[in-house]
Amino acid sequence: MAEPAFAASRRALIDPLGATLAAIVAIAFLFQPLMLLRPNRIAPAQGAFAWEALPGLQPMACGIITALVVLILISRADARLRLAAAVAGLVGLGLAVGSGASHLLPPGSAYARVAPGAGAWLALFALSLATGDALVRLRLSPSGRIAALVVAAGVLAGFLASGLWSDLSVLREYASRSDAFLRELWVHAGLSVFSLLAAVVVGVPLAMLLRRVATLRRAALAALNVLQTIPSMALFGLLIAPLAWIGAHVPGAAALGIAGIGVAPAFIALFAYSLLPIVGSTIAGFEAVSERTREAADAMGMTAWQKLLRVELPLALPVILTGVRIVLVQNIGLSVIAGLVGGGGLGVFVFQGISQTATDLVLLGALPTVAMAFAAGIVFDALIDLSRRQETR
Amino acid sequence: MIDFDSVSRLYGDRPAVADVSLRVGTGEIAVIVGTSGSGKTTLLRMVNRLVEPSSGRILIGGRDNRTLPAHALRRGIGYAIQGHGLFPHRTVAENIATVPSLLGWDAKRISARVDELLSLFHLDPALFRDRMPHQLSGGQQQRIGVARALAAEPPVLLMDEPFGALDPIIREKAQEDLLAIQKAYGTTIILVTHDMDEALHLGTRIGVMDAGRLVQYDVPHAIVAAPATDFVRSLLGAGDRAFHLLSLSTVEEMIESGEAPGAAIPADMSMRAALSESLWSRREALPVAKDGRVIGRVTRAALERRGAGPQ
Amino acid sequence: MTPAAPVTPARLPTLLLLVCLMAFLAMPEAFSGLFAPLTRNGAAPIYTQAPLLFLTLNHLALVAAGTLAATIAAVGLAIATTRLAGLSFLPLARAVANIGQTFPPVAVLALTVPIFGFGPVPTLVALFLYGLLPIFETTLTGLTELAPEAREAATACGMTETQRLMKVELPLALPLILSGIRLSAVIALATATIGSTVAASTLGEVIISGLLTGNTAFVLQGGLVVAALAILLNEGFMLLEAIAARRAGRPSAKG
Repeated sequence: MAEPAFAASRRALIDPLGATLAAIVAIAFLFQPLMLLRPNRIAPAQGAFAWEALPGLQPMACGIITALVVLILISRADARLRLAAAVAGLVGLGLAVGSGASHLLPPGSAYARVAPGAGAWLALFALSLATGDALVRLRLSPSGRIAALVVAAGVLAGFLASGLWSDLSVLREYASRSDAFLRELWVHAGLSVFSLLAAVVVGVPLAMLLRRVATLRRAALAALNVLQTIPSMALFGLLIAPLAWIGAHVPGAAALGIAGIGVAPAFIALFAYSLLPIVGSTIAGFEAVSERTREAADAMGMTAWQKLLRVELPLALPVILTGVRIVLVQNIGLSVIAGLVGGGGLGVFVFQGISQTATDLVLLGALPTVAMAFAAGIVFDALIDLSRRQETR
Repeated sequence: MIDFDSVSRLYGDRPAVADVSLRVGTGEIAVIVGTSGSGKTTLLRMVNRLVEPSSGRILIGGRDNRTLPAHALRRGIGYAIQGHGLFPHRTVAENIATVPSLLGWDAKRISARVDELLSLFHLDPALFRDRMPHQLSGGQQQRIGVARALAAEPPVLLMDEPFGALDPIIREKAQEDLLAIQKAYGTTIILVTHDMDEALHLGTRIGVMDAGRLVQYDVPHAIVAAPATDFVRSLLGAGDRAFHLLSLSTVEEMIESGEAPGAAIPADMSMRAALSESLWSRREALPVAKDGRVIGRVTRAALERRGAGPQ
Repeated sequence: MTPAAPVTPARLPTLLLLVCLMAFLAMPEAFSGLFAPLTRNGAAPIYTQAPLLFLTLNHLALVAAGTLAATIAAVGLAIATTRLAGLSFLPLARAVANIGQTFPPVAVLALTVPIFGFGPVPTLVALFLYGLLPIFETTLTGLTELAPEAREAATACGMTETQRLMKVELPLALPLILSGIRLSAVIALATATIGSTVAASTLGEVIISGLLTGNTAFVLQGGLVVAALAILLNEGFMLLEAIAARRAGRPSAKG
C-alpha cells in the first residue's frame, strides 16, 4: 500500500465525507424544489423552492440553518458537534416541510395535495447519513444505539402527533384510511414476525439434527438454497394451487384459513424463505463452538442437555442472531408482496397506489416498511453486539 | 552500491527507523538482523520505495532513488518476501516472467530466461513451467519467488525473511542455492532476518537493528568477536559465540606439521566442522589436504583452545 | 487449464430442468392437459395474451440489461473507492450500501414509477439500483481483502497502479465479483417479476393475470417458469464462478 499519511495531511482542513454530504445538502436547498404541489392527488406536480414554499422570514431561517449545517459538516469538527448539526438539520427540515405544506395548500381546497419535493428527500438522505456517520464516530455502545433509535422514534412520533405534518399528502392519505392502515400495519408486522418465529421453532432443532448427519445436511442445505433463489412472486404462485386444493378438499382446512388466496400462501412462503438463513446460521454457530470447550463441559460432568443449554447455545447465540436479523429485515420487505395475493400488509397500499398512480399512497405503504426494516436492523445489530460482549467477558 | 544517508521513518511520532546510515558495497550480502518491530523491514522497504523515508536519502549506484518514478525504480530491483507472494492465478513461467514482460522483453528471450532460472534452482523447466503456484510445495514456491525476483537480472536484490516459512533442512539448501547464485551473478543483496545464525552464515556484512537504530554494522567475525551492545550479545546467544567463531574460520590458518590417521579433511573446512569430525571419528588429530595433497594436520586440543574464547 | 466438464451426475437435475423449460416454452399448448384441471368454467389452461417465450425473453433481457448496467457501475465504483484518491469515500459508500440493503425492492420499484412513468423503465431502474449493492460489496471485498502478498509483490515488481489492477487485483477478485453478479441477477429476476405490476411485460404478467381472473393454472405456470429460470440462472453462474476460481488458482473453491 502507498502512503495514506501524506494524502491525509494535505486535506487536513476539510472532512471529505462531510464535504460530500454538505454538498448534497447545499444542492438540495439551492437547486431542488422543497415541496411539490398538485391540484389533485393524481395530477402532475409543480415544484416550489424553499423560498417560494415558506412564509415570512422562514426562508431566511431555513437558509441560515442550512449554511451552518453545511459549514459544520465540511469542517473537521468533533463528532458531537457534527451529530448536533445533523440532528438540527433534520428537525429543521421536518419543521420546514410541515410549514411549507400548510403555506402552499390553497385554503378550502379538498383536492389539492402538497408533498415533499426532491430537495426535501435529498436533504433527508444526506442528513440521515451525516447523523449515522456521527453516531459511528461516537462509537456508541449497543444500548446507546438503541437509545438513539428510541429518541429518533420519539421525535418522529412527536411530529406525527403534533399535527405539524397533517397537511402533507401522505398523511392526507392516512387520514382517509387510518383504520385500514393500522390493521394492515399489524398484519404486516405479524406476518414478518410470526413467520420468523415459526422458522426459528422449526429451524433451530432441524439444524441441531442436521449437524450430526453430514450427508443429510448437504442435501437439506442444497434444497433450502434452491428454495431461496426462487423469486417471491413465483413461490407465492406455486403455493396457491396446492393450498387452494387443500382448502377445497381437506375437511376443516378452510375453517383454519387455508385457501389459495390470503394469508396462508404468504405466511408459508415467508416461512420457507426464513429457513435457510436460520438453519445455516445455527449450524455455523454450533460449529464455531470449539471442541475443547465441549470437552471441558463433558469433563465437568454436564449432561447432554446441560451442555446444550449452558455452553453450546449461549456460544452459538451471536451467530444465530445474525441469521435472525437477516430474516427479519428480509421478511419485512417481502411481506409487501403479500398484498398481491390477498395476504394483506402494507403492500396493499403500495399496489393500490401503483394501480391508481397515486404516489402518496405508495409512500404510505413504503415509508413505514422501510422504517420498520431499518429499526429492526439497528435493534438486532445491537442485540448481536450485546450477546458477543457477554461471550468475551 | 547502496548508501543509506541518515535515513529516518516516522509513523505518527514514533520512529520506526531512526537516523540510519550504512553502505553496502557491490556484490556484498548485507544481512540486517533484529527482533520484530526493530525497523529492519521498514529499512529494507525504503530501498525500493514501498515505504518513503521521512528524512534522509538512499543512493543506489550514486543516484538518489527518488530520481526515477517508483514503478521504474522497482523494475530494476529484485524483491523476494516471506510467503513468496506468488500470483496464484499465473503459471510458474508467467510468475517468473513478470518483470521481464513489464520491461518489454521479447517472448523468446523471456522463455529462455525462465528456463535458465528454473534449471538454476534445480527445477525441470518442462515439468514446472506450466504449473500453478498451488501445485508446488512450500520449498518450490520459495524458489520460484526468488527466481521471479532475479528474472530481469537486477543488480540489487532485496529479501525479507525469504527462508522464514521453510523447514530447517530445506532452508539450509535454499541458503546454499542463494550463495551459489550470488556468486554466479555478483548481485548485491540486502537480506532481512531475525535469525542470527542465518545472518552469520550468509552475510558478508551484518547490521543489527534495535528499536529503529542501527547498533552495529560490521563483518561477521567482528560482530561475534566484539558485540557492540548487550542486545547484540543476546542475539548471538552467550554460549553459542564460541561455536560461531569456530564456524567463521577455516582450519587452514591453524595447520601444524605432523602426521594423523584416517582420511584427510579439506583445508577450507570450518573449524567447527573439523572439531565435530574429530569427535565423531574419535581421532585426536586429523590430516589436512589442499589440492589433493596432505599438507599437515590439526589437533583437537588446538581446536578446543580456539573455541575457548576470542583471542 | 482443463475446463469444468459441463455434464456431471450432480448437474443432471439442472439439465433436466433446462430441457423441460425449453420444451414448455417452445410448445406450451402441448402441456395444456396438465394445467386444465386447475381451471374453472372452461377458462384457458395456457396463458396466450402474449407468447410465454416472448415474455421469458423480455424478462431475461430486462434482467441482463439491469444487471449489466449495475455490474459496470458497481465495479467502477468499487475500483474508484479503493484507489488512493477515493479512499475517504469508502465509509460513505459502505453506509449507502448498508441502508440500501434494508430497502425492500418493491418499494424501490413503486417509488420509481412517479419519476419514470409506467412501462419497463422503472423496472430497469429498480433492477439497476438494487443490483448495485451485492456487486459493489463483493468487488470491494475482492479488491481489498484477497491475497495481500500478491498485491504487494505486484507493486514491488514495478507494476503501475493500473497494471496491478488489471493483471493482479481484478483477475483474483473475479470469482467473488461473479458471486455478487449472481446474487444481483437472482434478485433482478425476482424484481422483474414484480415489475409487471408497473406494466413491464415480464412473466409476472402471467401470475398477476391469474390472480386477477382467479385462474390458478396461469398462476402456477408463471410461478413454475420463473422458478425454473431462477434456479438455472443461479446454477449457471455457480458454474462460471467455479471456472473462474480455478483460473484464479483456488482449486478448493467449490462450484
